[in-house]
Amino acid sequence: MAPVQVTAEVVGLRRVGAYHHLTMLAPGIPEATRAGHFVALAVGGEGSGMLLRRAFSIHRVTPGGAGTVEIVFATHGQGTRWLADRRRGDKLDVIGPLGRPFTLPKEPVACVLVAGGYGAAPLFMLSQALRARGCRVDMVLGAASEDRLFGVLEARRTSASVTVTTDDGSSGIRGRVTDPLPEIIRAAGADVVYACGPMAMLAAVAAAAADQGAHSQCAVEEAMACGIGVCMTCVLPVRGADGVTRMVRSCTDGPVFRGSEVRWADVGSVPPDTLGAPVAGGH
Amino acid sequence: MGPATAAGPRAVDPSAVDLSTRLGTLVLPDPVLTASGCAAAGRELAPFVDLTAIGGVVTKSIMLEPRSGRPTPRMAETPSGMLNSIGLQGPGIEAFVAKDLHWLREHGVRTIVSIAGGTVQEYQKLAQRLRHEPGIGAIEVNISCPNVESRGQVFACDPFSAAQVVEVVRRHTAPGTPVLAKLSPDVTDIVAIARSVREAGADGVSMINTLLGMVIDPDTMRPVLGGMTGGLSGPAIRPVAVRAVWQVHAAFPDLPILGMGGIRTGRDAFEFLLAGASAVSVGTVVFHDPHALARISAELRELLAARGITRLADVVGLGHTMQARHVAAQATRRAAQEEALA
Ligand SMILES: Cc1cc2nc3c(=O)[nH]c(=O)nc-3n(C[C@H](O)[C@H](O)[C@H](O)COP(=O)(O)OP(=O)(O)OC[C@H]3O[C@@H](n4cnc5c(N)ncnc54)[C@H](O)[C@@H]3O)c2cc1C
Ligand SMILES: Cc1cc2nc3c(=O)[nH]c(=O)nc-3n(C[C@H](O)[C@H](O)[C@H](O)COP(=O)(O)O)c2cc1C
Ligand code: FES
Repeated sequence: MAPVQVTAEVVGLRRVGAYHHLTMLAPGIPEATRAGHFVALAVGGEGSGMLLRRAFSIHRVTPGGAGTVEIVFATHGQGTRWLADRRRGDKLDVIGPLGRPFTLPKEPVACVLVAGGYGAAPLFMLSQALRARGCRVDMVLGAASEDRLFGVLEARRTSASVTVTTDDGSSGIRGRVTDPLPEIIRAAGADVVYACGPMAMLAAVAAAAADQGAHSQCAVEEAMACGIGVCMTCVLPVRGADGVTRMVRSCTDGPVFRGSEVRWADVGSVPPDTLGAPVAGGH
Repeated sequence: MGPATAAGPRAVDPSAVDLSTRLGTLVLPDPVLTASGCAAAGRELAPFVDLTAIGGVVTKSIMLEPRSGRPTPRMAETPSGMLNSIGLQGPGIEAFVAKDLHWLREHGVRTIVSIAGGTVQEYQKLAQRLRHEPGIGAIEVNISCPNVESRGQVFACDPFSAAQVVEVVRRHTAPGTPVLAKLSPDVTDIVAIARSVREAGADGVSMINTLLGMVIDPDTMRPVLGGMTGGLSGPAIRPVAVRAVWQVHAAFPDLPILGMGGIRTGRDAFEFLLAGASAVSVGTVVFHDPHALARISAELRELLAARGITRLADVVGLGHTMQARHVAAQATRRAAQEEALA
């Protein structure tokens, strides 16, 4: 379904640990949203000197009536700081739903959902959709510290098991999500691992899943300027079904990719065997 | 130019304003087009704007062969603008013709095809390949590319190689299809380049391309962009673009100009028309607002109507006339004053 550009209205903005949880009335977006879709927001108000849109995973939608869309974000630079200063009733220019969502298995298989920090935001819609199909859902939530975990309570309420890891040991197991992951995949007999978080985490999750013979689907986060496929800034090297590596737009062909098709070690570069890669000495 | 444009406003109904314009023999019902590289192949913008209603789509510069482009990060936001170093990623001319051009034609979108090459011969082959393709309104020649046969010297920065490229493209393009040379602002004398491509047969010029820039991250202490340098675009460059259009129009008032560089509103587009552009492209602002083309066109219509201007064609280059009148009036006043004092 085609994305829409709407003027949304802020109906709620509250702190959740180190993050901000924003709820907005965004008519037209909820109906078409699936887990893994994202929205692109204009920031800075009318005449803003910040021209590029900011992308955020859709955390939750409530269709019907005016319809609400929720996102969870960390303040990073000027744009997210501006967003954190919004008040109830403020207007926001929002485009969504964007990107390709997570693919759901046809059979009621066991799934492990892995998140790093605010990467947990889109996984609850996914969990709900999976459970509606009879899938078992186990979750692994990791972050640098306790205040950067998101949704632990909701995860506990809805998942077969929840494992928490923090880099500093302030909550759960001290370490990375990938430390307990192989055992969790084995114990659940999982066929699919879904992940959202920083690139390095996704690379490690994809590798761990492959080791255990599971499929993986990873929602990536590449810097985006437009979010709608017109600028070509958000690319990463992806190996297609034909075996050919291409620089692929993560806003239109992603943000969800199969873990096995992304060339994780080469993200941030153009591997020499990429279609149309520069020849030595050339431009 | 009717007196209404110079005298005080006598507003007309916006629907009475004729926004049609032309770039050489290419007639456009609306003066607002996409900018090359800022609307991909057009299709991606279709959910947000009626592509048949806008002036047209200028496609991402296409090369002969598929091209991966540069490593990421490919962009950095800057005050009222951005740097990009995409590196002309694209599928190559054959896939472009089969897929993208086909789609644009099927959907009745006025299309200007932008081409780019590393050698004069590559430009020639591109023109030859496109010559018999229906549905091409004009060819825009992106000459802001390094000439691999001349130690990477950018074609657009050298009057001779800029002319060489334009000459072969003109020669191998269907006679009825205008060829627009896209100029770079990163030159000492843009009028000299414009003269050179005009003499080589360009039916018009597109200006401006991005300005070369760099951003260094104070945390990593090295350049942000994967390609190190990138092109600066957006409202930050608008005064540079308006100046360039003004200079070229002053030198060659009959040379059609497709103006661009930071256009965000109808008022900005009007500025380019006053400077001498016959039509405008909107690039970076589309990233901010994919609906921008339709909005800018509507704003321009309102603005012209409020000034009692019924034909867009009447304001092309009007800034020059108004300035001349202003200078003449000043001279008259001064002369009168001197006479009174004498
Ligand atoms: C598909 C996707 C989903 C995302 N989901 C979330 C989310 O749920 N919660 C959340 O907190 N953040 C999310 N992000 C990251 C978020 O987009 C950035 O943190 C935000 O754009 C930073 O803007 P800024 O003005 O604060 O920072 P600045 O550094 O000032 O931003 C400057 C420019 O860089 C771009 N940029 C900078 N960092 C990133 C980044 N990490 N990813 C993409 N673009 C970036 C911005 O869009 C902007 O154009 C997501 C990114 C993507 C691509
Ligand atoms: C991301 C990006 C990609 C671009 N790609 C091309 C291109 O392929 N060919 C070209 O001639 N110009 C390209 N340009 C330049 C634009 O067409 C335009 O000349 C310039 O950005 C100034 O207009 P703007 O400020 O409205 O963007 C690109 C600009 C941007 C921002
Ligand atoms: S963000 Fe512009 S193409 Fe993906």
